[in-house]
Amino acid sequence: MELQEIINSLSLEVKTPGLDLHREVTGGYVSDLLSDVIGNANKGNIWVTLQIHLNIIAVASLKELAGIILVNSRNPDTDTLKKANAENIPVMTSTLPTFELVGRLYALGLRCR
Amino acid sequence: MLVDNSEDGIFFLTGKDFTNAGTASSSLKAVLERRGIRQDIIRRTAIAAFEAEMNVVIYAVAGMMKYRITDTEISVTIQDMGQGIPNIELAMTEGYSTAPDHIRAMGFGSGMGLPNIKKSTDSLVVNSVVGEGTTLEFVIQIKDSQ
Repeated sequence: MELQEIINSLSLEVKTPGLDLHREVTGGYVSDLLSDVIGNANKGNIWVTLQIHLNIIAVASLKELAGIILVNSRNPDTDTLKKANAENIPVMTSTLPTFELVGRLYALGLRCR
Repeated sequence: MLVDNSEDGIFFLTGKDFTNAGTASSSLKAVLERRGIRQDIIRRTAIAAFEAEMNVVIYAVAGMMKYRITDTEISVTIQDMGQGIPNIELAMTEGYSTAPDHIRAMGFGSGMGLPNIKKSTDSLVVNSVVGEGTTLEFVIQIKDSQ
């Protein structure tokens, strides 16, 4: 599934409008512990988290994730967005809490893989 | 005739510099990709390198990451000037962490770093002197797993 489809379906707000959103999403991963994501997320996954500091971009870049969705309308730090643009990692926000958001991602067909 | 394809390099790490944290690991990953090393081996090396790099950023004053890549293996040494680890066995225990609350709030310090490194590598040696620093050496085989 394309990232752009997910953004449209879930009315996500794109915080990095300059980046190409026509990229394949292979699955999803949810965690607020960076070591957990480093160890267990897979390439092409969309990552759902409440962390907003710039190190999430380093993690996403290293794991070649398709993007990051921040829950509860959490606003990313300015540094985070700057780095996201530089590293080509799309960052989106959702008004939903994690449980609701992940339920909708699952309903769209995304799995943890 | 034998051709020496080995390659080495070094990255310097600065404690508390969260802005550039992860840069060394990303650079090492780029080197491995340029060499056309298999994806799963790159993935394991990147996990171990990132965890080790973050440990230096979180706990130490400064450090360096040295790597050497041959046809058969990737070896990485991360040496820091830091507080040292009093009990290495305890530090290797999943979930054990000495990270302060503000580090945990960032999603670091969950006690998964060293266990993640051990799981991702073929060998890991940790040497530490309290008050001086820690040296971590890990090796990932290239040839055996092909």
